[in-house]
Amino acid sequence: MSARFIAPVLMGIFMLVLWEGLVRAMAIPPYILPGPILVAKTLVSDWGTLWPALVVTLTITLQALLAAVLVGGALALLFSLSRWIELSLFPYAIILQVTPIVAIAPLIIAWVDDVDVSLLICAWLVAFFPILSNTVLGLRSVDRNLLDLFELYGASRWRTLLELRLPAALPYFLGGLRISGGLALIGAVVAEFVAGSGGRASGLAYRILESGYQLKIPRMFAALVLISAAGIAIYLLLSLISHLLLRRWHESALGEER
Amino acid sequence: MPLVRVRDVSQVFANGVQALGGVSLDIGVGEFLSVLGPSGCGKSTLLRLLAGLAEPTAGTIDWPQGRPDLGFVFQEPTLMPWTTALGNVALPLKLRGQARSEREARAAEALAGVGLAGFEKSFPRELSGGMKMRVSIARALVTEPKLLLMDEPFAALDEITRRKLNTDLLALWERTRFTAVFVTHSVFESVFLSQRIAVMSARPGRVRSELAISAPYPRTETFGTSADYAALCRLASAQLSDAMAA
Repeated sequence: MSARFIAPVLMGIFMLVLWEGLVRAMAIPPYILPGPILVAKTLVSDWGTLWPALVVTLTITLQALLAAVLVGGALALLFSLSRWIELSLFPYAIILQVTPIVAIAPLIIAWVDDVDVSLLICAWLVAFFPILSNTVLGLRSVDRNLLDLFELYGASRWRTLLELRLPAALPYFLGGLRISGGLALIGAVVAEFVAGSGGRASGLAYRILESGYQLKIPRMFAALVLISAAGIAIYLLLSLISHLLLRRWHESALGEER
Repeated sequence: MPLVRVRDVSQVFANGVQALGGVSLDIGVGEFLSVLGPSGCGKSTLLRLLAGLAEPTAGTIDWPQGRPDLGFVFQEPTLMPWTTALGNVALPLKLRGQARSEREARAAEALAGVGLAGFEKSFPRELSGGMKMRVSIARALVTEPKLLLMDEPFAALDEITRRKLNTDLLALWERTRFTAVFVTHSVFESVFLSQRIAVMSARPGRVRSELAISAPYPRTETFGTSADYAALCRLASAQLSDAMAA
């Protein structure tokens, strides 16, 4: 075990002990701030309510991420093939990206009848941009000499895309994917909050809202813990995928070797 | 009949920079020609024109015997990092639609030809700078081209590696006698390698003078340390100074 693991784990344990100690020493009531032990107990006792909610939120997150990969990737390809398409569409992609999702989520939820679909759209809106912009950058970062080489041997545009541009863009795409994974979860949670205030959703964010109304603060914390855990799991999973795809050749995956 | 006849070729880039200002040059079949000139004299541009990667703004490039198959070695190894040495060398054959087994056999042969047998499965990052350049040369030679264009291929390497590669390059050339056009800014390298040196002036580049190096092949360390070699280097150096002053 290296310091990389031990240091953060010790720090975490220390903070938890401090938190529990303060709650007890100052006799803070659980509806203001529950201690970590109570949160853990609630997590177990309310699992029946929390688990289905987690599944709902995760489903939306993963669907949004998949849609972000498909649409972001396809748009990036289109941009790399046509300068005109890129010039006409890229500014709007940026506008979509910088507009706060909290502000447009109510509109989308009002416009789209199916709540799940509207949540999916919100999460997708937040998630697709890093994939798009990173992949565009990657497709354009191809070694000029390699492009010349492909031209020299008469490779078609399609062949060059397949054999040269796509592999060269892969590390960039994977970098975007890791960012988008977290953003998809945030987008899903934010959209659930907005939808949840209208009483129309069933994900983790809705459970948080509901617990807040009912002053079930320990359950609220338990739901928060689950959301964080889900975010960390998504990040680790995407990092693993990235590592497996790049470990044989890309500098970013070589860290420990020298 | 020369392999290629370059006449009054000029090249002006879109940004107004004139890279070449009337280059005329004949290159014979099977000849080893060095193009010697200062940085920025348009040597690389001339190679790109010969390779057909660009069209001259003015002047003509004739191929009396038809356009030959050609190989190109860049200043950098220019390898694809995501595939092995074998995959990199096999690329030209792959792009020509050759079957996998055949192209891999030929690529392995080409790798062995540059002294890299046993490194087929290595990725570029696992190879040294000199080895990467060898892979790059193997890739250029795998199609058995009639013409090999090289753009300062060893400029980034250390002196010892560079000498070794020069000797090995000559051995490859003597074996198959492809036509070699070797762009360099090193007087020593051009004298050691070539049968003829075309000396270019600074931008806009043109061929100022030509120098024949009649020393026999194989050229070894003995030639590289001889008085003849030193005299020829002095001569080439003087011509380069003239060209730069012009």
